[in-house]
Amino acid sequence: MAISENKSERRLERIDRGIKARTDGIYALLSWREISYLMAPRTFLLMGLLVLPVFLPEVWQRVFCLAGIYSLLAIAFDFLFSYAGMVSLGGALWMGVGGYTVGILGSEFGLPPVFSLPIGTFLGGGICTVLLLPTLRLKGIYFAIATFIYPFIISHIIEALQIAGGTFGLADLPVIENGWVVLYVMAVLLTGIFFGIRRLVIEDVGMVFRSMMENDQAVSASGISITVLRTIAVYIASCIGCLAGGYLSVLYGWVGMSFFALDFSILPIAASVIGGPGTFAGSLLGAFILVPLTEFLRPFGPMRMVGYSVILALFVVLKPEGIFPYLTRKYNQFQRWVEV
Amino acid sequence: MSGKENGTVLRVERLSKMFGGVVALNDVTFEIKKGDILGVIGPNGSGKTTLINCITGFVKPTHGGVYFNGTDISGFTPHKIANMGIGRTFQVVRPYHTLPAYKNLIAPLFSARARHFPGSGGLGNRGGIAIDILEDVGFERDARVPYKPAGDLPLGYLKRLELARCIALRSDVMILDEVFSGLSAAEIASLVPLLERLNMDGVTLIMVEHRLKELFTLASKVVVLSFGVKLFEGNSDDALKDEKVKEAYFGKGKEGMI
Repeated sequence: MAISENKSERRLERIDRGIKARTDGIYALLSWREISYLMAPRTFLLMGLLVLPVFLPEVWQRVFCLAGIYSLLAIAFDFLFSYAGMVSLGGALWMGVGGYTVGILGSEFGLPPVFSLPIGTFLGGGICTVLLLPTLRLKGIYFAIATFIYPFIISHIIEALQIAGGTFGLADLPVIENGWVVLYVMAVLLTGIFFGIRRLVIEDVGMVFRSMMENDQAVSASGISITVLRTIAVYIASCIGCLAGGYLSVLYGWVGMSFFALDFSILPIAASVIGGPGTFAGSLLGAFILVPLTEFLRPFGPMRMVGYSVILALFVVLKPEGIFPYLTRKYNQFQRWVEV
Repeated sequence: MSGKENGTVLRVERLSKMFGGVVALNDVTFEIKKGDILGVIGPNGSGKTTLINCITGFVKPTHGGVYFNGTDISGFTPHKIANMGIGRTFQVVRPYHTLPAYKNLIAPLFSARARHFPGSGGLGNRGGIAIDILEDVGFERDARVPYKPAGDLPLGYLKRLELARCIALRSDVMILDEVFSGLSAAEIASLVPLLERLNMDGVTLIMVEHRLKELFTLASKVVVLSFGVKLFEGNSDDALKDEKVKEAYFGKGKEGMI
């Protein structure tokens, strides 16, 4: 009661910036200022992905590539989670299957990365989809558990039967010699996939996916097969994930059982969640914060994980909406205190 | 079994459904001619929704068959039946809450059935077609209503949205599960002409209803269910005079009035 009697009660009010309101319609094309307002975030992203790598020292170029791999995994997770309603812990599965497919294509068939990477991406995506087919009916946490189990099964089969290089993995795979090509393959693929998937989810197909997420029975009453839809969604995500795995094997010239490591399932989810699920830009941002962060913290030795976890917790507690939605809000709106 | 020659579009034959030991439907048989409006009524728990679910493939019948244009469709998947031309609405509306209202129609417009029809927006114009359909079912065109998230719309609009989905699918037979329930008299009065117009366009309607007065102005024939058994089939006026129907609704020996 005392509070309501207090005259100085204030409320935070958020208002769209004038330029945001003006650039909502076609009128945006009337002035350079408004066009640049619209283009600035995209230009910033493109510069970051395509131009920044040139100025990085060689060690950080490697970090850039790793961050790109985690970004791809985070985008794949975010696509399934936010647009198809499937919680996937499949990062390790995609990395492993993608990595081994590209690795086997390289070691057994002698294919150079220019062929093995694209073939491995689509073939690996197909293998993952077939593996996940029996679990497509599962929802929520049950699908997550199914995707979580496969990496264990496959890596233990490899270990027990000593196939595909066994415990030692496949070494001396064909690699791309030129470091710049390696770097820009990732930069260009990541840019393409990022804008491609953002486009996909606002297209009609994306609307059908989102409809399925909200109510699958209503979608099947509308004459669309849920199983087919889920299969397509899983195939798209698996291809993106397997590309990440295949790329890592090309980057290292080696593929082994550590490709099935749990990190590849967990870290992309963390990246997606702190960046803001459903935006893809958030996944990208999250991965490009978390991966370099682990490198920064490397000198601290065992304390590294403590620092890492504390920073992660701070992000989740202080910015639960995600970093990217927060930035979007700051860009489009200003806030002020008003007397109530 | 029954062919097209006598104009029968849908025929339910000796349909039974058991959930464990519970008999939800017991030996139900009826048929509906093309262009008719059939009312399905009955007290709560009489198996009306189970009947719909059996026809539309959401539930597999234990015995019996459902014949659509002479083909036995019992056991087909829901999306296959929808693509053959049987659309349905849900008793509890199922909008895609976060999508704008008109984007709710993208899924049916995307179906294999809708693609066969010209003017279903196949060339990337599904949004425009969806707006047209929403206008057709009574959304204001220039207002912001079709662009609002479906979750923000009142029930009257959501019922129309359910109908709009069947229209977008170009269904020949629409099965409407209690479209009038929860609506005010005025809202029902504005919905009736829409249903009449759909029927005049050649759509066969099966309406499951509790609002008998409105139903009887529309339906040419009714089927009365009670505890999964068909009590009555025939003219809607005769239904209320039937002793067994009265008993099911009001109990034995009481003079009922509806």
